Amino acid sequence: MGTTVLIVDDSKLARIVLSKAITALQPDWVRLEAGNADEAIAAFDGQAIDVVILDYNMPGRDGLALAEELRERFPTMPIAVATANVQDEIIARARAANATFIAKPVTEDGMRGFLSGAALRLRSASK
Amino acid sequence: MSPQTILLDDLERDALTELVNIGVSRAAANLRKMVGEQVLLSVPSVEVVSREGATTLIRERESGELVAVRQDFEGVFSGRALLIFPQTNSMALVHAVTGGALSSEDAAEMENEALAETGNVVLNSCLATMANMLQRPLTMSLPEVIRGDGSMLFNLSPGASDGGVVLFLYINFAINDRDIRGYIAMLMDLPSLQALKGLIADFIERVVGGA
Repeated sequence: MGTTVLIVDDSKLARIVLSKAITALQPDWVRLEAGNADEAIAAFDGQAIDVVILDYNMPGRDGLALAEELRERFPTMPIAVATANVQDEIIARARAANATFIAKPVTEDGMRGFLSGAALRLRSASK
Repeated sequence: MSPQTILLDDLERDALTELVNIGVSRAAANLRKMVGEQVLLSVPSVEVVSREGATTLIRERESGELVAVRQDFEGVFSGRALLIFPQTNSMALVHAVTGGALSSEDAAEMENEALAETGNVVLNSCLATMANMLQRPLTMSLPEVIRGDGSMLFNLSPGASDGGVVLFLYINFAINDRDIRGYIAMLMDLPSLQALKGLIADFIERVVGGA
């Protein structure tokens, strides 16, 4: 089974940057995109998604609210929240939802830990 | 047709919004360290408007007197960055950044200094983050505290020959559990917007190139 990752960010440019980093690090993964929380939920209703990366500051529901909702539905799915907003409360909420924090601007180095950790968890879960 | 559609294409506008979002998010994290409370941010708004339009955008939200910390920035593109809040929030912000350590008299005496330093931290972290991402240095003037209405805050350079059109970026912020809210705003005139457009195109090329 291939791995599908959903990228949720209101900025098209940010989605391109995330997508490029994922392609470099996990070239076999299938990448899907959503521009806001509602589109993301619709994507989850439509197909199997293994990993999700969420922007924090988006119009409508923010990435943390979405992370909390997704965590309820998918207790073990690797979730990351990407933001430059490194306030203690935001990091704490991401941790409480068992989501990984990724610093923006996003770089391959910044993504490596989350993606390899996610790949490892998915492999061991499918055994 | 608005000037905006001529000047920035969709991806450039998207990239600029994302740059501002990252800059302001860093700024909010630094402000949070100063006030000890979570700082809430809106999604940034990027518009090309007349100076009067910028004034109207603020006036529609804020009818009272405003206080702003102003820093002008200069480099390949130049403009003005402002941390703006209602005059009635000013002392609450001073108390928040001084951690309640000052008496009311001392706080009143320190007001301008505390506001200037707060503005300096917030605006510098925002502009420096953007400058780094665009790979061009910006020099920042010293912070200056000004009081007045929107038209006074947004008057970039008297008699500028840009037809009065400016790039206006703004974000609302609020400090959790305290009755403090305001705006971070940036203004650039047209020649700067042209220079910025070139830098944004380079930035897009760097981050998207080869995708």
